[in-house]
Amino acid sequence: MFKKKGFLYELNKNKIMFLMIAPTLLFFLINSYAPMVGIYYAFTSYDFAGGLFGSPFVGLDNFKFLTQSGILLKLTINTLGYNVVFIILGNVVSIGAAILLSEVRGKLFKKLSQSIMFLPYFVSFVLISVLAFNMFNADSGFVNQLLKSFGFDPVDIYNTPWLWPFLITAFYLWKNLGYSMVIYLASIMGISDEYYEAAKIDGANIFQRIWYITIPMLKSTFIILLLFALGSIMKGQFDLFYQLVGNNGVLFNVTDIVDTYVYRSLKVNFDIGMATAAGLYQSIFGFVMIMTVNYIIKKVNDDYALF
Amino acid sequence: MSLDDNILSSRVFRMIAYLIITICSLLCLFPFLLIISGSLTANESIIRDGFHLIPKVFSLEGYEMVFIFPTQLIKAYGVTIFVTVIGTLLGLFLITMAGYVLQRKDFKYRNQLSFFIYFTTLFGGGLVPWYIMLTTYFGLADTYAVLILPGLMTPFLIILMKNFIKSAIPEELFESAKIDGANDFRIYYSVVLKLAMPGIATVGLFLALTYWNDWFMSSLFINDVSMYQLQYYLYNTINTMMFVSQMATGTGVSLGRDIPTESTKMAMAIVVTGPIIFLYPFVQRYFVKGLTIGAVKG
Repeated sequence: MFKKKGFLYELNKNKIMFLMIAPTLLFFLINSYAPMVGIYYAFTSYDFAGGLFGSPFVGLDNFKFLTQSGILLKLTINTLGYNVVFIILGNVVSIGAAILLSEVRGKLFKKLSQSIMFLPYFVSFVLISVLAFNMFNADSGFVNQLLKSFGFDPVDIYNTPWLWPFLITAFYLWKNLGYSMVIYLASIMGISDEYYEAAKIDGANIFQRIWYITIPMLKSTFIILLLFALGSIMKGQFDLFYQLVGNNGVLFNVTDIVDTYVYRSLKVNFDIGMATAAGLYQSIFGFVMIMTVNYIIKKVNDDYALF
Repeated sequence: MSLDDNILSSRVFRMIAYLIITICSLLCLFPFLLIISGSLTANESIIRDGFHLIPKVFSLEGYEMVFIFPTQLIKAYGVTIFVTVIGTLLGLFLITMAGYVLQRKDFKYRNQLSFFIYFTTLFGGGLVPWYIMLTTYFGLADTYAVLILPGLMTPFLIILMKNFIKSAIPEELFESAKIDGANDFRIYYSVVLKLAMPGIATVGLFLALTYWNDWFMSSLFINDVSMYQLQYYLYNTINTMMFVSQMATGTGVSLGRDIPTESTKMAMAIVVTGPIIFLYPFVQRYFVKGLTIGAVKG
């Protein structure tokens, strides 16, 4: 009845499996593909009465404004800058912590410290904003109390932009250290003991064993994590930035990323056209980035390519 | 006793390792201690002496304040628990089914469909078109559906599940179940759901954690205060408290003295975070186990 190998033949043969995956496909169709039509807003001056195709078409005006006002450049530099630092520092610190922890012998100590370091990963970003306020606010913050007790003048940290790249990076590391450390620790546990035994017999000291065995063995885990991170390099850690900085305009110059700008344009300024334009720029930039990275990796070493 | 336990460099290295790990752990724990201490300090003392690691003047007034009008807090707890349970169960059901189908070698369109799902991580419409579509075209503002549906799955979790099923369950098992006359759903139900438990636990924890900590969906879509999720309720209370104390200092009215804003903020943070901290030691084991399996096999 059905042509062999045709779509209808497959559908009939595997109807249950098609039925099982249908909700998932529908989900992505509605939640991810349908909004792509709304990219059109980026080329309009949105008005609420007009809706999708009733708003006046303005061509590239939104993009022109974003470029000429320097906003797009600032957002790009911030977003890329923070992500590059997050990726490099995040991996270095968690590899370091994983290596140190793997050398520790005490079972209880190992478990306890691992649990404590994993704890921040579990708490909400709203709590992190409370933590930050607790430490940094001008009057009662812990840091200022500490400064005062040592005889220094208190600092109004929420009004000191240059500090924030460091603070945001510190919070990022604090929140994510435990999680990525566990992944690296798992890879280290997967390394066969024979390598280490052989190295010991050859007289390698602990530094040589780490440098010549452990670190090279972590390469594949590192590359996989790196590729995933590169893929979303234009997407910031929205929750982190928004909860730490909020609507504190003093800090925007050094803390604003595409995601926070788009969110504010939507929630605070109702600037639909501009926000969509910035979001579209983010999507396209990220897309080109992933394609380029993937292309290069495919040329160098096919095994690590994403797709 | 291994070969090099007495070599000096190893012992020194190990001592340094203990030291650095201890410092890292303390740094990770420290902010939590500050909040706990703050919640137990009298508001007056916080304003006068600031936050300290050990309360200067012990008081429970912050907690009293939180529990004077508990209706909203209880409501927010209810919303978050409801959303977390329903979202996690429904999400797990869909993700496991999708993962199972996508790893079946005899399912012809698995690669195309995988890419259909994966592509959404490469390119998207962005926040604003998504927001407008859900509110204007689907009318989801101020519904529980909007808190649950968009978070049901991510491509990452589906791929994780697909790889887990692939590596945990031998293909022959599907074959023999088929020969015994089981249909595809039956195989999923009685083989996959039983044998992929560590993977299911990990993905379930990811989902539950995301739902529990979510404030973003409330902030975008919910105007009705009684439908706020727990985290957004916390966020809102803190901002209100900030406003109250600023008003008080700004206008000279002694309002800020009557409402212990600082200690209430800290107490609220503890009350909202509490359950996670208590569950954490039990939950963390599964998380580490699941991640370990994923990382080694991946």
